[in-house]
Amino acid sequence: MAMSANAKTTAKLLTLAVSMLGFALFVMPPLYDAFCEITGLNGKTGGRYEAVPATVNKERTVKVQFVASNNENMPWEFKPGVVELKVHPGEAVDTVFHAHNPTDRDMVGQAIPSLVPFKAANYFHKTECFCFNQQTLAAGETAELGLRFIVDPDLPAGVNTITLSYTLFDVTDRIAQQTQNKKADASPI
Amino acid sequence: MAHGPKPGFTRWLYTTNHKDIGSMYLWFSFAMFLLGGCMALVIRAELFQPGLQIVQPEFFNQMTTMHGLIMVFGAVMPAFVGLANWMVPMMIGAPDMALPRMNNWSFWILPFAFAMLASTLFMEGGAPNFGWTFYAPLSTEYAPPSVTFFIFSIHIMGASSIMGAINIVATILNMRAPGMTLMKMPLFVWTWLITAYLLIAVMPVLAGVVTMMLMDIHFGTSFFSAAGGGDPVLFQHVFWFFGHPEVYIMILPAFGIVSAIIPTFARKPLFGYSSMVYATASIAFLSFIVWAHHMFTVGMPIAGELFFMYATMLIAVPTGVKVFNWVTTMFRGSMTFETPMLFSIAFVILFTLGGFSGLMLAIAPADFQYHDTYFVVAHFHYVLVPGAIFSITAGVYYWLPKWTGHMYNETMGKVHFWLAFIGLNITFFPMHFVGLAGMPRRIPDYALQFADFNQIASVGAFLFGAAQLVFLFNVIRTVRGGSKATDEVWENPQGLEWTVPSPAPYHTFSTPPVVR
Amino acid sequence: MLMGFKRLFAFLTLSAIAPGILAQETAQETGESVERWGVNMTQGVTEVSRTTYDLHMLIFWICVAIGIVVFGVMFYSMWRHRKSKGYQAAQFHESTLVELAWTIVPTLILIGMAIPATKTLYDIYDTKEADLDIMITGYQWKWKYDYLGADVSFFSNLATPHAQISNQQPKSDHYLLEVDEPLVVPVNKKIRFLITANDVIHAWWVPDLAVKKDAIPGFVNESWTRIDEPGLYRGQCAELCGKDHGFMPIVVKAVPEDEYHSWLNDRAAAAARVKELTNKTFTFDELYERGKKVYASTCAACHQPNGQGVPGAFPAIAGSKVATGGMDGHLSMVVNGSAKNPAMQAFGAQLSEVDLAAVITYQRNAFGNNMGDTVQPIDILNFKNK
Repeated sequence: MAMSANAKTTAKLLTLAVSMLGFALFVMPPLYDAFCEITGLNGKTGGRYEAVPATVNKERTVKVQFVASNNENMPWEFKPGVVELKVHPGEAVDTVFHAHNPTDRDMVGQAIPSLVPFKAANYFHKTECFCFNQQTLAAGETAELGLRFIVDPDLPAGVNTITLSYTLFDVTDRIAQQTQNKKADASPI
Repeated sequence: MAHGPKPGFTRWLYTTNHKDIGSMYLWFSFAMFLLGGCMALVIRAELFQPGLQIVQPEFFNQMTTMHGLIMVFGAVMPAFVGLANWMVPMMIGAPDMALPRMNNWSFWILPFAFAMLASTLFMEGGAPNFGWTFYAPLSTEYAPPSVTFFIFSIHIMGASSIMGAINIVATILNMRAPGMTLMKMPLFVWTWLITAYLLIAVMPVLAGVVTMMLMDIHFGTSFFSAAGGGDPVLFQHVFWFFGHPEVYIMILPAFGIVSAIIPTFARKPLFGYSSMVYATASIAFLSFIVWAHHMFTVGMPIAGELFFMYATMLIAVPTGVKVFNWVTTMFRGSMTFETPMLFSIAFVILFTLGGFSGLMLAIAPADFQYHDTYFVVAHFHYVLVPGAIFSITAGVYYWLPKWTGHMYNETMGKVHFWLAFIGLNITFFPMHFVGLAGMPRRIPDYALQFADFNQIASVGAFLFGAAQLVFLFNVIRTVRGGSKATDEVWENPQGLEWTVPSPAPYHTFSTPPVVR
Repeated sequence: MLMGFKRLFAFLTLSAIAPGILAQETAQETGESVERWGVNMTQGVTEVSRTTYDLHMLIFWICVAIGIVVFGVMFYSMWRHRKSKGYQAAQFHESTLVELAWTIVPTLILIGMAIPATKTLYDIYDTKEADLDIMITGYQWKWKYDYLGADVSFFSNLATPHAQISNQQPKSDHYLLEVDEPLVVPVNKKIRFLITANDVIHAWWVPDLAVKKDAIPGFVNESWTRIDEPGLYRGQCAELCGKDHGFMPIVVKAVPEDEYHSWLNDRAAAAARVKELTNKTFTFDELYERGKKVYASTCAACHQPNGQGVPGAFPAIAGSKVATGGMDGHLSMVVNGSAKNPAMQAFGAQLSEVDLAAVITYQRNAFGNNMGDTVQPIDILNFKNK
């Protein structure tokens, strides 16, 4: 008689445990990403910006700084074309980053943007960015990586400097591994 | 039905008896306590003087990591589960745990988990060296190969804890004697019920976070790597979502033990039983919304920083209620100071000190100076050593006569207490000073201005370690013989466990007792 | 007074337990400016650090006051209400009024604490309108400083010799808190730090500035300071970052503004000179001597000063396949890092061509490798541009 009550309790508690595992694995990561997007946490900038803002605010000037750094083991030379630009909110601005692969192997890089102050992250729109894609450079190849952005006219007052940092990661092995995994999946067993 | 234990080793291997399993949990946790303690002594020996004398930094980091993991998952948690196994059925008038076979299983997978964890010390590249909080990417891309074994052992420990917790909840909800309403349950049962729910809610989160690590290391995902669109900070959020409730898992049952002991030796009922229950429940609830106070320096928006600061400060309210309750229970009592009471009073004082430093740490701007210094080390050792360890010790002395039928040696118990109390304060109090003066935690060597207090701390650590040998000796002596304990053991203690003979027979409450 | 008492307590404990230790201590003491027996947080040299200190002391004294009340009642009962004194236990329990009081009063005290804390936090978060931006990058196990817009950038390594750490030499005053090149900043200027990391998470902490911020690979954090007085301010990495976490100190040198500008110009000129050196041809001895220094600051942490490495973790240089093999393989390993082992970083961007040439020459000829060959800075440049 007590058994059935125990079985019920056990089933309920196991369900709770399993759903918490699911929560950790499948809910928390996307939830965190959404949270970052809303708050600009870690300066994560959004994806491609589609809308075209109507007015350019000539009254206001915002300083945009560009910083480039390599993550460990990334031997590419990687630096901004200009280190600083003065822009008006609303106008679309183009700039470039230079990248060079000095090694004797083909490599794939991925640039990860991070923007400070965090509260400006939602007001910095990229219409074109090399960071949307992985960059493949053959041995010894040099490339100019383009970026087009718009600073939102609604940028909070008090933010006069925006620093956009790109960290370049070597993802050559990661890509190779993923392709391998795909091949393994596709192969008949 | 009424048969005794089987003879020989198979008694322990196949047992489904809550008392046997409780004893095994307690011995296992004491063994882990000694192992983790030896690692702490390696750390303190290296920090006795500036310069590297005994171990190299790689091994030092393995020691800090293993010390933390073994003390948290091997010593404190199994000890509380052991006490729950022994005491919960006897306190609620149940014949055994609700799920006795699972009970056996949840204990016996533990030795394997810890054997696996300890074996990493002998692997190439050494044991885990990334701290017990194992922040990514140090614990993923930069980890030694043994990290995979670490992940599996965490999985097994988690499974064991979840099974243990399910068993405890089922026992408490379904097996109470007639008349034992929820609000008549002893506080130890109440605190364990809430703890068990916390365990079921957060141990899967820990399992989840190590699983994500495993995927990142071996299957090319990038939960925690910025290169693939992940974020190392996500690790910290998930970890501490587990980690903060985990901290309360290690302290709530302690509240229950102390709330049983203080009224007995003050000869006065606990001042506010129901407010203690509500305070425990609110601490458990708050523990889910304060996790990011471990990460104030990680770079959060100010709104987040403020929210977690306020929520953390709020915890002081229910915790204060508890301390005030214990003090008021002692006020105008008729106190005696046997060993369990000494440990409980030390618990109240030192845990409160740890609470004060906790309140200081909650203040985000000040935390920027305290974060990851020895001040934090002092804080959490003040809440965990007197908090968890002292309360477990107090509980063991309190119930040992009931378990063995013999009184322990009171003089030796007092010697143990004073050695441990003095050793603990000499070890951990100076850590406040070096922390405030600027010494970061987890460093194998330090600047000269920290030398003096570190030497004192190291001396205290060896004293504290030696005190535990007195404890071991006293317990073994009591198990083997000694003066006969009465059924009540103490003067008019409250609770069903004191209505059964001493030692408690192999099967108790085969017919449910009547609860007024 | 309380602090004085604590000091006395600590001193008595020490002298009672370990007279031998004390004697040894005096031998170690070099008798200079290092403040020993420090028990409290520094007041620091910025407005934020002073506010933080005040806040810390405020909370501390509130806790002391609460402690006196709570422990006072407790010790009073322990003294008076003892069975051995024949005290009869009262049987009172549950009182809604008392319980409400001890819920509400602490809440009010907490609100009193939260108000100044919130104010301070808003100050700390106000990073706008900085005069100077410095990018700080944490590496295993050193810091890199980039002066944005000034083309000055350098690494700051631990300067304490290995012999002091392994107790073969007496320890200097600023043991483990000294670097080869400090971060030089002007006083009375708002300096904004952009903090990131190259590999694992580090944290940049200087107590006197009350700045502590995590350095996270791939992401940038910001913080700021305005230093009041010139001086040297020392700190350490505050987040476990691997083996040498305890050996990557920070030294900030605050100087008057004009001195800062002349330093910055010198620094830029020196960088230009090093670039020129790329075209110069060095003798074996010049490269070997320079390489020895570079090895000590950059390679020795992992590969060990004797080139023997750490079995299982860091390979040996002595007799290694790379250092005694073909030159191109060696160049590639040092310049581009190891594709297999993330611990071996790509030093191509971290060291100048001259230093790279020197350290590679050194590695090929030290530790009994005796390859007898040299590599020139221009070879490195050509290798990079190949």
